[in-house]
Amino acid sequence: MIRRTILSAAAGIAMFATGANAATTLEAVKAKGFVQCGVSQGLPGFSNADDSGNWTGIDVDLCRAVAAAIFGDGSKVKFSPLSAKQRFTALGSGEIDILSRNTTWTMTRDTQLGLNFAGVNYYDGQGMMVPAGLGVKSATELDGANICTNTGTTTELNITDYFRANNMSFNLVAFEKADEVVAAYDAGRCDVYTTDRSGLAAQRTKLTNPDAHLVLPEIISKEPLGPVVRQGDDQWFNIVRWTLNALINAEEMGITKANAKSRLAGTENPAIKRLLGGEGKFGEELGLSNDWALNAITAVGNYGESYEANVGPNTPLKLDRGVNALWNKGGILYAAPIR
Amino acid sequence: MRQTDKSDPRSTSSISSDAYVRETEAPYLPPPPSEVGIKGWLYNNIFQSMSDFSSPAASMRSLLVAMFTVFVFYFFATQLYGLVDFALLSAVWSDADGVKRQACWTVEQGGSLPEGWHGACWPYIFAKTKFILFGAYPLEDLWRVKTTYLVGSLLLVWVLIEPLPYRKLASLLLLVVFPMFATLMLTGGGFGYSQTTVGLYTLLGLALITLRRLGIAGRLTGVFSDLASVSGIAGWTLIFIAAFMAIIGHDFGLTNIDTRDWGGLLITLVVAITAIVASLPLGILLALGRRSQMPIARTLSIVFIEFWRGVPLITVLFMASVMIPLFMPEGVNFDSLLRALIGVTLWQSAYMAEVIRGGLQAIDKGQYEAADAMGLTYWQSMRLVILPQALKHVLPGIVNTVISVFKDTSLVSIVGIFDLLGATQSTLADAAWSSPVQSPTGYLVVASVFFFFCFGMSRYSIYLEKKLDRGH
Repeated sequence: MIRRTILSAAAGIAMFATGANAATTLEAVKAKGFVQCGVSQGLPGFSNADDSGNWTGIDVDLCRAVAAAIFGDGSKVKFSPLSAKQRFTALGSGEIDILSRNTTWTMTRDTQLGLNFAGVNYYDGQGMMVPAGLGVKSATELDGANICTNTGTTTELNITDYFRANNMSFNLVAFEKADEVVAAYDAGRCDVYTTDRSGLAAQRTKLTNPDAHLVLPEIISKEPLGPVVRQGDDQWFNIVRWTLNALINAEEMGITKANAKSRLAGTENPAIKRLLGGEGKFGEELGLSNDWALNAITAVGNYGESYEANVGPNTPLKLDRGVNALWNKGGILYAAPIR
Repeated sequence: MRQTDKSDPRSTSSISSDAYVRETEAPYLPPPPSEVGIKGWLYNNIFQSMSDFSSPAASMRSLLVAMFTVFVFYFFATQLYGLVDFALLSAVWSDADGVKRQACWTVEQGGSLPEGWHGACWPYIFAKTKFILFGAYPLEDLWRVKTTYLVGSLLLVWVLIEPLPYRKLASLLLLVVFPMFATLMLTGGGFGYSQTTVGLYTLLGLALITLRRLGIAGRLTGVFSDLASVSGIAGWTLIFIAAFMAIIGHDFGLTNIDTRDWGGLLITLVVAITAIVASLPLGILLALGRRSQMPIARTLSIVFIEFWRGVPLITVLFMASVMIPLFMPEGVNFDSLLRALIGVTLWQSAYMAEVIRGGLQAIDKGQYEAADAMGLTYWQSMRLVILPQALKHVLPGIVNTVISVFKDTSLVSIVGIFDLLGATQSTLADAAWSSPVQSPTGYLVVASVFFFFCFGMSRYSIYLEKKLDRGH
């Protein structure tokens, strides 16, 4: 990249396109040797850099899984931290191959931006946190409340809709950065702090006394978050969609990072054999090798493992599976079968 | 103060015989104790203004001044104590048990610090130091950044400190060789430009320089002699570009590090230094162009300056990072850092141009005429007579602009490039360290680093002003 750039900028020669633009995304990715993945600039549990600068999170794991499915190596992925405003342009212009950045799947985005959502890897929803001392048990008791939130996000819109629908008055106090919102809420400038429930869990630890606050039971919006790809390259779309499906199916079948290889060797269960490449040519249909799912699972673990490692009860976020549990365990995660 | 004393012997014209006439010189006495030392300083600077109780009005004023003084002292003392207490006295310095965020938690949060505790969480900064300074730059290649820093700062010190010898050589190294070295070290080089391109630029550059030589020798007439006056600069620029391409094009066996992996202070320095170094010559050219008699040059300069001054930097950055990729054919990517660099530099050079134009206007007409009368060409008179004076006049303005661009570099974080501020903010998202004091600590570090650099630049400019002051 930079070579062409410096050349053209310094010498004033017009940019010249390489052969890369004629190829499909998969061919381009194979040619450059890594997947370029757009992530957030830091959202706990979803995508953030750890102490040594490595990206972690469930959005990051998905990208690693795709890389592993293609190359058999989950480290062949590079991350572009993107702001909310940049993300769709970066994907549309080909700067990144997958956008895995806690992006809500909405109809406008799916139909108007030239993008396709390849699935949902986290079902979020907007929630509200109040100080326990307020004595409020439900959002319907919040008439006249001061509400802290971020500017320019759909959270503002959702909370307005909710209060209008319930005929309640409210005062919106909006800030640019999450840290400012937390500081204002902690200092008592408002009665309610509203954002996505995963965000509430992450920001809660920044409060002076976390136990003195409670999250109200109401979820006032649907925020299905998932990976996004460019429209018009169905092969690539399928790879991302089925990698996600493979991770969810793996959890359902009890296939983990540690036991995937031995399960493949020791099973007669056709569903497991099909998933792990012991039967059929499912990988080849995607343009990959037949052990694509095996590689993805051994790289990041199944969906449940990734969840537990990044946002689950044993992480700082302490989020229960809730609706993100498998369909047969009380949640709504339901991946199409591989057959 | 001084009153004419009627009894002063000197004021009378006749000296009577019994009058006292001093015959020896009065001894020099030390100043009274109330005028020197701490006591004197305190009196002169603080208590003098509140010690007048001669009239009710004066007493009132003294009292008010005293109250105000006490209030101001109290205010600053508490603020300063608050800062020192947060950053040093109450701060947590180590995370011996490896519990990360719990090291900075109060009892209420499940940690061990007393209730109501508020202090910096330094272990968090220690854990994130590498990320704040270098971003995601690979650990095994960090020596390249460090070497670049070392070479750069050595050269800079060499250039800035006056008694050192060969400073001209050092500035040449710093401005010409160091950029190539830094680009090579930081990116890894090995871009493999074709030798034909490099050769072509070299030849073109040499041709232009020859044209310039011929112009000096008086062998050219008409339009060629006009061209010759600027072809020297253009020729050397081309040679510089050719050398640049030859060096970063050659493969020295270094791993290529994508600019996406750069971050933290490294980005801040790269963006700020590039913008500062490139905007000064560009600004000078634009300022001269705007004051030029040539209509095309003048119009172009005015349009350029007014356009770039008319748009906010945020818009420029958004344009560079969001719009430009859409105009490109699919699959062709301009490096995002380079896009931001070009945007900031062009934007900055418009501001620099206006500062320098102010200096040019401050120069008396007589200076221009004197230079012309001596038979100097336009470029000679600018280089030898006008610019040295003009730049000296606007030094505070230039440094002001430089400091402001240093701080403006933090805007690149909104287009996904992690500068010092952006990198620190992204570490705030690491829930492993989240605590109420996490963000104050992070921002304190960012503020200190920015202050260190900006204050340093400001002090150096004051030193330069004193050095260049000719007392007129």
